[in-house]
Amino acid sequence: MTDDAGRIVIVGGGHNGLVCAAYLARAGRKVLVLEAAEQVGGAAVTREFAPGFRVSSVAHLLHALDPRIARELRLEQHGLAYARRALRTVSLGEGAPLVLDGANVEAGDVTPADRAALAEYVRRQQRFAAVLANQHSRIPSRLGAGFSVFRLFDRSANNRNTENPAPWSLAKFALDVRLLGRADMRELLRVGTMNLHDLLEDRFESAQLKGALALDGVLGARLGPRSGQTFFTSLQRAGAYALPRGGMGAVTGALAVAARAAGAEIRVASPVASFTLHGDRVTGVVLQSGEQIEAAAVVSNADPQTTFLGLVGARHLDTEFARRVLHIRSQGCAAKLHLALAGAPGFRGVPAGLLGERLIIAPDLGYIDAAFNPSKYREYSTQPVLEISVPSVHDAGLAPAGQHVLSAIVQYAPRDLAMGWSAGRAPFLEATLAVLTRYAPALRSQIVAAELLTPLDIENEFRIHGGHWHHGELALDQYMMLRPVPGAAQYATPVPGLWLCGAGSHPGGGVIGAAGRNAARAVLAGSRA
Amino acid sequence: MTIPQEHHLQAVFPTPFHARTAAANTLNVWHRWRDYTVADAYFDVSLEYTALRNACTVFDLSPMTKHLITGPDALSFMNRLVTRDVAKLKPGRVGYTVWCDDEGQVVDDGTIFHLREGVYRLCSQERQLDWLHASGLGFEVAIQEDTHDVAALALQGPTSCAVLKRLGLAGIETLTPFGIRSFAFEGGELTVSRTGFTGDLGYELWIDPELALMLWDRLFDVGAPVGIKPMGTHALEMSRIEAGFIQAGVDFLPADRAIRAGRTRSPFELDLAWLVDFGKSHFTGRRALLAEQARGSRYRLVKLDVEGNKPARDAYIYDRRRKNVGVVTSSMWSPAAKSNIALASVEMPYGAPGGELWAEIYYQKELKWSRFMARCTVVEGPFYSPARRRATPAADF
Repeated sequence: MTDDAGRIVIVGGGHNGLVCAAYLARAGRKVLVLEAAEQVGGAAVTREFAPGFRVSSVAHLLHALDPRIARELRLEQHGLAYARRALRTVSLGEGAPLVLDGANVEAGDVTPADRAALAEYVRRQQRFAAVLANQHSRIPSRLGAGFSVFRLFDRSANNRNTENPAPWSLAKFALDVRLLGRADMRELLRVGTMNLHDLLEDRFESAQLKGALALDGVLGARLGPRSGQTFFTSLQRAGAYALPRGGMGAVTGALAVAARAAGAEIRVASPVASFTLHGDRVTGVVLQSGEQIEAAAVVSNADPQTTFLGLVGARHLDTEFARRVLHIRSQGCAAKLHLALAGAPGFRGVPAGLLGERLIIAPDLGYIDAAFNPSKYREYSTQPVLEISVPSVHDAGLAPAGQHVLSAIVQYAPRDLAMGWSAGRAPFLEATLAVLTRYAPALRSQIVAAELLTPLDIENEFRIHGGHWHHGELALDQYMMLRPVPGAAQYATPVPGLWLCGAGSHPGGGVIGAAGRNAARAVLAGSRA
Repeated sequence: MTIPQEHHLQAVFPTPFHARTAAANTLNVWHRWRDYTVADAYFDVSLEYTALRNACTVFDLSPMTKHLITGPDALSFMNRLVTRDVAKLKPGRVGYTVWCDDEGQVVDDGTIFHLREGVYRLCSQERQLDWLHASGLGFEVAIQEDTHDVAALALQGPTSCAVLKRLGLAGIETLTPFGIRSFAFEGGELTVSRTGFTGDLGYELWIDPELALMLWDRLFDVGAPVGIKPMGTHALEMSRIEAGFIQAGVDFLPADRAIRAGRTRSPFELDLAWLVDFGKSHFTGRRALLAEQARGSRYRLVKLDVEGNKPARDAYIYDRRRKNVGVVTSSMWSPAAKSNIALASVEMPYGAPGGELWAEIYYQKELKWSRFMARCTVVEGPFYSPARRRATPAADF
């Protein structure tokens, strides 16, 4: 026995990998995190993209971080601070911007009926989102041929297995839905799988309001407002938006400090080439440098397709399982634009006091739908939808004095662009800047440097198969016990010794951290059995 | 590829031997086997069966689903697909095998022909192209279905070797069971394997469809003095039950066709444990089968010697005449074994070798139905397995 016996290797130092590392280390396990990049953080990272200009590279607003994790890991003591919390949403349009602060319309041409409808809409969204948030910290139940209601009551040791560590979780979800009360439960069941377009058309009059609300259902997804289940996807964005001081890298930076404080070892610039299999079991990893590292368990923060088809290899898996993994919908459709600006950008009608809020270009449903349509044919939007943040307004450290950084999610930009991204990059950037300058006419003259990350760039630079930030579309057919695929939805995988902890697992992406925390619980329960 | 106009008007095709099988089919009875029509019987099922066991018969095997598997990873692919160790199958040899889904349930059974180093032909009972392609993920392997490119005949029975010798296949008698050998034939190549579905001495002949009719004619020319006859699927069915061979869709439900949980069977549950090799690299279903081995199987396939002479068709199987423990999947009165035989699937732990079970048999005489409980003995090995089946060199008879 060496000192390394019982060591758990976590492949990938994204936020979920770090959360998992921190919890495992707190439980007394010897943990080693291997991160391929030069710094930890994965897709929640702050990078310098032009001299003196830093920006959150992929995720840029924090809205779903599990508060329990922040508390339990004492992230604020470990350096997490906020430059600004509870950002308002400013929807840019032809006329005056619409300013939303939760359920309140602070500015904009909105009728009293719409204001009342918005209050009711937001109230319900928050109740429904709370049901989903409750589920975040629960390991999904496993349903299969072996599932039996009677086994729920079997407390014997052989029922507390890694295959179905949380048989009650689905029942708890059903109970949470029931506890919404008759009216709200019926409403959830009625609209649960609906498209947001029809729902918003039913409820609201203001085109600008409908556009702003619809964006929540499609941001980051390969879905348009008329796509099925966009109501469900909109619930993922019901939280308040915050800007961590120092960008998203501050979140993962604090997580790394917490993990190290708990005893975890973190090695950066250590890309893993493959897993070592001994018989059926994963017994360690091989780095690209050739170095072999043994492990009692390997926990993968990489996306499921990279994990199973790349690092494990399809030949070590069963055919149907490998096919399911291959067919995970993971083609990203959102690009990321970063601009280094010589001065504060001026958006028409937006007072300086609102520049640091969440600015969106989604003026109405038809605009979003028209932006989405080309992606169906593997073309980019010529008039894209944008979610814009100018974080340097609240966080001066991100740019040289008097200068600013602009960060924008730009949709739609299909990963599998028919013309290819080497040809598509320049015209798509031009189309994006053309839309931006429609709202900020002087913007072009202020640009010092620009960085466009297409989904292909995100795939290559952040090692996410398909370039989808959520490691797979976060939709009902890839949710809870179906995430990433049946057979691996309880963090344990069909390969003994291998676990998942990334956004590809329940509850998914969005810098929640819950997948990492749940995975740590599953690993601890599984390795005790 | 261009699809001809109105191609849909013909969904079922004649086999490359159809001109001859149609002429020989004095009963004019046919059924559909995948994309082709084949003869149920030619002149009399009993006489065709008798010809098989006492002379030799020709069965048109062309509709059998065939795949050609090539490429640098062909062996690794085959080993990931099937339960047995294909590395042990040398070039020029054939192996029977099954393959399973993730749950270790049998998808299909078939034969692997190791034609040349790294080139395999996989014959299956069911269509498998989709499953093979899915299984090919991550392997450098080319998989193509070549059912339509290969004409095939099964020449089976005691005088089958004599017929091939008369055909001029020098040294054919030295071909061992499950061996493959190729011969020049009329400007083409005739591949002969000592394989079959009858449990008798016999061969399967594989040839370019262009040469199919020529092969048929030559076989019947040289075979006439040793009693060669055409044989349909009904007589084949009799012989395969006597041999104790299972049939997809009859003795087990292919896993990809099952909708209800628990209707499928693992290799262990089909008495095919000898096909499962845990010592080799990963194969689909391996983890599930290891778990089954540790936990115990739910069913077992048993061969039954049934009291009396009434076939136990679809009969329920009972333990001590009281508890229903299974069902008969194939049954017949066996002329060769001179006994009433059946294959049955029974729940564990019933049906231990040498044990006793009971079959509930319904039969009718002139539309009057009767029922009786027949005592069954669980037997091991094939019901009928003549020494000539394995003897090398094969005799002429």
